[in-house]
Amino acid sequence: MSNKPSHDSFTHLTDFPLDINNLMKKKMSIRKELLQGSAEYPLKKIAIMGGSTTAEIKDMIEIFMLRSGVKPLFYESQFNAYYEESYFENPTLEAFKPDIIYFCTTNVNINEYPSVKDTEAEVQAKLDAQINRLTDLWDRVYKKYNCTIIQNNFELPYHRELGNLDSVSLNGRVNYILRLNAALANFKREHSYFHILDICYLSSYIGLKEWFDNAFWYAYKYAVSFTAIPYLAYYFVKVALSLYGQSKKCIVLDLDNTLWGGTIADDGIEKIQLGEETPVGEAYRDFQKYLKSLKERGIMLAVCSKNDLNLAEEGFQHPDSILKRDDFLSFKANWEPKNENIVKIAQELNIDLSSIVFIDDNPAERQLIRSQLPDVLVVEIGSDVGQFKNILDKGGWFEIPALSAEDLNRNKFYEDNQKRTAQAAEFKDYGDYLNSLEMQAEVGSFNDFYMERISLLINKTNQFNLTTRRYSQTEVEAMAHRADSLTLYGRLKDKFGDNGLVTVVIANVKNNECHIDTWLMSCRVLKRTMEIVILDFLIEACRERGVKKIFGYYYPTAKNGLVANHYADMGFTFARKDLEGSIWQYEIPNNYQKKNKHIKLVESIDVSKAGIGERS
Amino acid sequence: MKSETLNRMKEIFRDVFDDQTIELSAETSAKDIDTWDSFNHINLIISMEQAFKIKFDISELSSLKNVGEMAALIERKSGA
Repeated sequence: MSNKPSHDSFTHLTDFPLDINNLMKKKMSIRKELLQGSAEYPLKKIAIMGGSTTAEIKDMIEIFMLRSGVKPLFYESQFNAYYEESYFENPTLEAFKPDIIYFCTTNVNINEYPSVKDTEAEVQAKLDAQINRLTDLWDRVYKKYNCTIIQNNFELPYHRELGNLDSVSLNGRVNYILRLNAALANFKREHSYFHILDICYLSSYIGLKEWFDNAFWYAYKYAVSFTAIPYLAYYFVKVALSLYGQSKKCIVLDLDNTLWGGTIADDGIEKIQLGEETPVGEAYRDFQKYLKSLKERGIMLAVCSKNDLNLAEEGFQHPDSILKRDDFLSFKANWEPKNENIVKIAQELNIDLSSIVFIDDNPAERQLIRSQLPDVLVVEIGSDVGQFKNILDKGGWFEIPALSAEDLNRNKFYEDNQKRTAQAAEFKDYGDYLNSLEMQAEVGSFNDFYMERISLLINKTNQFNLTTRRYSQTEVEAMAHRADSLTLYGRLKDKFGDNGLVTVVIANVKNNECHIDTWLMSCRVLKRTMEIVILDFLIEACRERGVKKIFGYYYPTAKNGLVANHYADMGFTFARKDLEGSIWQYEIPNNYQKKNKHIKLVESIDVSKAGIGERS
Repeated sequence: MKSETLNRMKEIFRDVFDDQTIELSAETSAKDIDTWDSFNHINLIISMEQAFKIKFDISELSSLKNVGEMAALIERKSGA
């Protein structure tokens, strides 16, 4: 029943909840273990621009990155040289070409605090000067390095000369730091390349008493204690990887003793513990409330329980059940092994196993999933319902770079899809079914309005993805503005709802040839002939530019077998193999006839009616 | 210096430097262990503090030059 690996493996120490003491002690062994097998990992280049010593922070970031299947390469600034090395000429950093610049600063890097004698105007002037210095730095760094920036905000000061008045008086440091943090948040909302690691929250979660270590500050210039550094690094990695679409999308939940206390088959609906009559019942209800709020922000919920289906469903009719049967997009209550059910859930929802989080109070089931489906994140949730919500919340698995319409509407998309599937069953002819969907598509070149969604799709689409090239939003923006690139996005709507932006093409045009660098589509709209619409547009755009020949590339991965014949299906002919995969070509005929039959093309899908940009 | 202290220190050294062959004597110092640099030194200090449930004073941090000095200080502080 033990969850610990039997031999000398230490990687589990990197999993949440963190075992800080052993993690620090075994750091070297963990690193060595994780490095084996990292040869094929995608690389991310991270420049850590520190306002204090960052060696241990770097080591811990490396461990957590490796654990997530990404191999980091580092540039590390000299001690407290974060400003100089990024603001001024720095050939080494330029040659390094960072994907992410991380300003790992803390309140020791605040240049000037208000004095107690300052007038309100003087305090304001200091605040403005501090904010201007920082925004000037970020602007300049972004222009020069064209990369994502992650910036710590500021933790509260350990000492309060004004005592409790420190948070009230404009002259107080606590007040000053809170205002600075608000300014950072404002900047973030207006700049998509900029992200905040909220160490103000993190330090209060850990406790300022733990966060600071005076001896280590004076002796080694560490502004964050060694017990806090693993948390800092852990959440940095969560924020960084969320930018590449690595956050989780779906929670698969057990029922008995996970969503309610007791066993519904034995106790019956009237005896399960749920609701405010007992402390345990209240804790389960609170956990359900938390899950419901995750659902509202776009996390999909599914059930995987060893139960009879009717009994399992009955549990959600309990008067105190916050979650209802309809809150679950997939509901597996049967006696099959849970690993098989989870694979089915992933197929039904068209999601990757790696975007699933599994919650079960039974350690044997957790062990089964961990061994059978290593891509699924199995949470060490324990058996104390009082902790469920805390562990799920603090794991950081659902980080998002911004609250997008895409996230807010995700559950609706999938519900609509289930209605479509039901309708498809009524049609004998697939073409009739497609026509009955009354599909509308909007296709165009990349524009600023869609950049965030486009880069998210690029980073998380695995199945319908011909080359699986990943680009940050910053890189996508740069490509959109290059004269020799040809970009297309497509949105698809039908009578059941708006699927949003679902497909992306990036191609390079040179010497009257077009090379398709990226062609991908969300699995949510497979078999809707949207790829035909895109082909029509691609060919039209090529003809406008005098292109005669199009080259398509298929690079196989473990997950994109679905599109192995995509270019053949699109009428391309096989040209040759190269090191990564196969190359296909298409000569544009002079009399090209558009192939789309089932989708009506519109100038622009009506955003207000489609529900994009608002909660639905 | 008690042998029990030295044995517990040895386990910590082996973890921190990821080398199960390390043996310690009172004279062992940074020049005897390749990876004992200033950064690993900090990890070593932290691990000692945690294992022996002690906290070194700022003035003591810079004085720990070899294993003998460390052991003596640990024993004094932990009352071992």
